[in-house]
Amino acid sequence: MGRKLLLEHAQVEGMHTYDVYRKNGGYRSVEKALKTMSPDAVVEEVKKSGLRGRGGAGFPTGMKWSFLAKPEGVPRYLVCNADESEPGTFKDRYLMEKIPHLLIEGMITSSYALGANTSYIYIRGEYSWILFILEKAIAEAYAAGWLGKNILGSGYDLDLYVNIGAGAYICGEETALLESLEGKRGNPRIKPPFPAVKGLWQSPTVVNNVETIAAVVPIINDGGDEYAKIGIGKSTGTKLISASGNINRPGVYEIEMSITVEEFLYSDEWCGGIKGGKKLKACVPGGSSVPILPHFLVCKTAAGEDRMMTYESLSDGGFATGSMLGSGGFIVYDEDQCIVRNTWNFARFYAHESCGQCSPCREGTGWMEKVLHRLENGGGKMSDIDLLVDVAKKIEGNTICPLGDAAAWPVSAAIRHFREEFEWHVNEPRVCMERNYGLVREKIGV
Amino acid sequence: MHTATQNGTPFKYSPAARAEVLELTKKYPEGRAKSAILRALHIAQEENQGWLSVAAMDEVADTLGITPIEVYEVASFYSMYNLNPVGKYVLEFCHTGPCAVEGAESLIEYTKLKLGVGKNQTTPDGLFTIKEVECLGACGYAPMMQVGEFFHEHLNEGKIDQFVEDCRLGKIDKGTWKMH
Repeated sequence: MGRKLLLEHAQVEGMHTYDVYRKNGGYRSVEKALKTMSPDAVVEEVKKSGLRGRGGAGFPTGMKWSFLAKPEGVPRYLVCNADESEPGTFKDRYLMEKIPHLLIEGMITSSYALGANTSYIYIRGEYSWILFILEKAIAEAYAAGWLGKNILGSGYDLDLYVNIGAGAYICGEETALLESLEGKRGNPRIKPPFPAVKGLWQSPTVVNNVETIAAVVPIINDGGDEYAKIGIGKSTGTKLISASGNINRPGVYEIEMSITVEEFLYSDEWCGGIKGGKKLKACVPGGSSVPILPHFLVCKTAAGEDRMMTYESLSDGGFATGSMLGSGGFIVYDEDQCIVRNTWNFARFYAHESCGQCSPCREGTGWMEKVLHRLENGGGKMSDIDLLVDVAKKIEGNTICPLGDAAAWPVSAAIRHFREEFEWHVNEPRVCMERNYGLVREKIGV
Repeated sequence: MHTATQNGTPFKYSPAARAEVLELTKKYPEGRAKSAILRALHIAQEENQGWLSVAAMDEVADTLGITPIEVYEVASFYSMYNLNPVGKYVLEFCHTGPCAVEGAESLIEYTKLKLGVGKNQTTPDGLFTIKEVECLGACGYAPMMQVGEFFHEHLNEGKIDQFVEDCRLGKIDKGTWKMH
């Protein structure tokens, strides 16, 4: 069993309540930070921990915090990104449902480090019941003196509020999230200026993912060095992985970033292998935006080394033979799944979620969806395959925010690794439609 | 948008809802009441039989002290707001990747045939509307649908039959957008 820093007590009865959380060691990091540490010392510990943003980009959190501008007389804000919407990702939901106080504790300690006196949690609209869980927990934290004026007699004040979204994947992009929090459409902003300089209401702002903020709690409790001992290289600490698709044990798992993909996929402690004794066909290891890996590149890198559940190892080989850890949305496909259909499904998602601001993304995602739809439904031409690659290339890097890249990567990767399957859809449309699933064993040997 | 929504009946928040919306604006600095708009719209939608008419959006604008166009442009951006009338129970099926892998598509077809309506249509008795939505964060518990506040996970035909039956008998609580 690996160490669990976030979910250790997740299954304890009543863990969502203040009393049970406190009895299990809750709010110690706030006591330690406010009573014995300066805000800068808290930032230092986070830097030492090597913690990287858990929302998908993997940017070092301590460094992000140190970019925060601190002009005199201007408020600073910490905003928690709880707009979890990346297909395949449901870890933040689990954490907030089971241990809402862990997020609140992390918000207090982190806000103290950043000198923010008002902080917001922006949660996606569809998680409405979690909004109420969080608001109840926040009320408990106020009542117990962890929020409000002069917390623990330290002279530090903090108000914490929850803001709800209303259904828009794009609001997970930090500047779109800030626009939405200001009560507008979620159109991403042109950067610079970065939120650290001009964020919420033009004030310096840090936006961090739920899991990132929760990880600050064990980092402050045990020290950044202790946290950094877990994991390999620049992938320190533990990571929440949302496992879904054709596996025996889907769910949310906290792993030390030192296990292999093979262990994670086949051990009964985690995914428990492919459902129904079928074979692995492909895996999207980090949420729908990251490149899909064919079965022979899931557990081994192109160089034949064991692939590990780390930022570096999952991206080993670049986009040619690797992928990304992303948000940790680990989606597994068995031998009966159709890659063309799945690629069309994701393309439809991005076409629906594009905010429409940048032409390459607005038009390109729509075209990719249309072309993939006709390939999947028997009306595709051989030239469509290269057309898709071309459209994807023209979106990538040409948009204000990363949604364009996120839409392009899965399409290019699917064609890179499964071109025969796309060609088969053109050559044998009737067979593909009748079966409604992809190439099976006898065709290409999955 | 106007042509689709102008036939809504007049709308005013209930006194309790209006007070709740005004309370929400206190979470934000002075002059930033607009930040409360998303939740204010959720509450208006709930009090207007599940959809936002122009009258409902105008009431939100009036309550928050912003112009109507600021509300229309927001309401039309986010997928959870219905700009046309809907049934009492809106069945929102996730059809994205992991749910599709676990059979969401055939389940949606099953429900459409069972209720005799297609996507974004409402049954003649006004009880059910079927919507297909993008990933709701239940991938490990797929397939799923959301109805009101609640997620219905590990969904199958039997569970849908039971749910529809319970709705018809008035046994289902959709949850509420008002303060708990």
